[in-house]
Amino acid sequence: MYRYDQYDRAIVDARVDEFRDQVTRRLAGTLTEDQFKPLRLMNGLYLQLHAYMLRIAVPYGTLNSRQMRMLAHIARKYDRDYGHFTTRQNLQFNWIKLEDAPDILAELATVEMHAIQTSGNCIRNISSDQYAGAAADEVADPRPWAELLRQWSTFHPEFSYLPRKFKIAVIAADEDRAAMRLHDIGIQLVERDGKLGGKIFVGGGMGRTPMIAPEIKDFVGAEDLLSYVEACLRVYNRYGRRDNIYKARIKILVHQIGAADYARQVEEEFALVKQLGIDPPVAELERITAMFAPPAFDIAASDTVDRSDPDFAVWLDQNVKPHKQAGYAIVNISLKPVGGIPGDASADQIDLMADLAERYSFDELRVTHAQNIVLPHVRKADLYAIWQQLTEAGLAEANLDLISDIIACPGLDYCSLANARSIPVAQKIATRFASPERQRDLGELKLKISGCINACGHHHAGHIGILGVDKKGTENYQLLLGGSGAEDVSLGKITGPGFDEDGIVDAIERVTDKYLATREQGERFLDTYRRVGFEPFKEAIYG
Amino acid sequence: MADDEQPAVTLDAFLAGQSNATSVRIEAGDDARLLLPHLDQLALIEVSFPTFRDGRGYSSARVLREGGYRGELRAAGDVLVDQVPLMRRCGFDSFAPEAEIDEATLAASLARYEQVYQPAADGRDPVWKLRHG
Repeated sequence: MYRYDQYDRAIVDARVDEFRDQVTRRLAGTLTEDQFKPLRLMNGLYLQLHAYMLRIAVPYGTLNSRQMRMLAHIARKYDRDYGHFTTRQNLQFNWIKLEDAPDILAELATVEMHAIQTSGNCIRNISSDQYAGAAADEVADPRPWAELLRQWSTFHPEFSYLPRKFKIAVIAADEDRAAMRLHDIGIQLVERDGKLGGKIFVGGGMGRTPMIAPEIKDFVGAEDLLSYVEACLRVYNRYGRRDNIYKARIKILVHQIGAADYARQVEEEFALVKQLGIDPPVAELERITAMFAPPAFDIAASDTVDRSDPDFAVWLDQNVKPHKQAGYAIVNISLKPVGGIPGDASADQIDLMADLAERYSFDELRVTHAQNIVLPHVRKADLYAIWQQLTEAGLAEANLDLISDIIACPGLDYCSLANARSIPVAQKIATRFASPERQRDLGELKLKISGCINACGHHHAGHIGILGVDKKGTENYQLLLGGSGAEDVSLGKITGPGFDEDGIVDAIERVTDKYLATREQGERFLDTYRRVGFEPFKEAIYG
Repeated sequence: MADDEQPAVTLDAFLAGQSNATSVRIEAGDDARLLLPHLDQLALIEVSFPTFRDGRGYSSARVLREGGYRGELRAAGDVLVDQVPLMRRCGFDSFAPEAEIDEATLAASLARYEQVYQPAADGRDPVWKLRHG
């Protein structure tokens, strides 16, 4: 894991001081709310329906037990005993008082955490693969590259007032576990002639105009990475639209001028920017990479697991994934208990996960974009003990990637932008499909719910997506089919007229019934949908 | 504005023939690169910020400094105290804010960050340089 040196520490401490000063000026009235808004947003502080919401950065989704425990502490001391893990691998608290925010940041800084650029029209927290450093299919650990980008983007003087927010993801495997091509910039690390470099995709995103990022450069070496990304951003900052916030994301610019023309402009800019000495020496990436060295795995660890407890075996098959090191496994902790709020965890649960990470996973945890938690490096011999403790804490739901493993935004229960509630719909769907046998029979089925067109719940990328809208004052839910945020990335298609809250649950059941009746051997829902197309499902839904 | 200062001409007017002017004002949407052939004769370039949210002027400043401009570079318009440190890093060395900026707040703001993560137009060494020399 990355550890701060004196420079990182000084910068984060200065940020706490700066934000304390800004809050003081706001409370004294010398800053208007309009002037304060972009400042607080750049520090992850939103004014929601009922209170301030504070979003804390978890860089590339990686944290240690001490940091995790700090989140539990903040939940207890400043919030209502729980936190919400987000689709950008961060954590947010929903009931924060403005005057407490500087103290919270000061506490976070003691464990090398912050809320820098978790919101606002700037470069956001860099996201990555939750299995980084543990997956067998990666060419390298992508996190050192993400850390390099984190430092470069932090308080970037030119790119703090962009046309719109800007999200970057870095992965290093062909299997895309981070929805990389639905980011403003997606980087896939690849190897060429024995050298590591990034394949660059620009202009993806969800929101009201979802787009899949086209590839604009097949290979950028580490020595050019920051210059290249700086060039990408400069073209956007100069030419991205500012007249309409719904057309201000980089995807609109890339779409309007075309990927080829955008790439050409970036090349021209890169030729100039490369002369400026923006790129750190190779030694800096090496310094960072050394901190992500694999932990001291026990090479004699046993590769066998006792499956005699049938409930454990079910969890094992669903939530535990292969590790690159023999004798080890990757544990996914589902934050999606049937009837619960997707992504929420209590302070006690957060502490328990921290304990498990410290004892069994080389002190590391990951947050996933699907709003679950990962223990990345677990000895197979410890899996049963972990499962028992998770069971006791209500964290052993065996539903990873099944229909009840729902991504949902906070929706109208919290969010000032929402048109409809997301949480109750997620709860009703999970309850309708509560039977574990039924869920497993349906197999991999990624269901994603957004409470408004901004698509924080990734509905465009759901195998089944739900979009909540306001229809003449009542909540209405549109159904989408066929999306994917993975390496087989695609955008879902709206089926037709929307439904009320109970109607959408019924409609989903008609979709899953149709799938069961139509599927061929080994087909996931998405495979069947792609084979037979939209019409048979539409007919099943609307009759 | 100093007493002996000529009013800045617009970019269009400058390029259309008033090329003997020594001061030019560029709007947020103007292409600062068009000035690059003329930098030697300019003593003042004023960059307009119509609202503090419009960040195009930061790139204009970088483009001009990277192009070799050494004269006065002024941020004018909706310029807020919390933005001045970033603007300085982008190469602005003069400010004409619409609303008065509190001197004490500004001084604290400019002194706050001893380190920066990335090189910019102000010549400060980024932390990677401090780490590796």
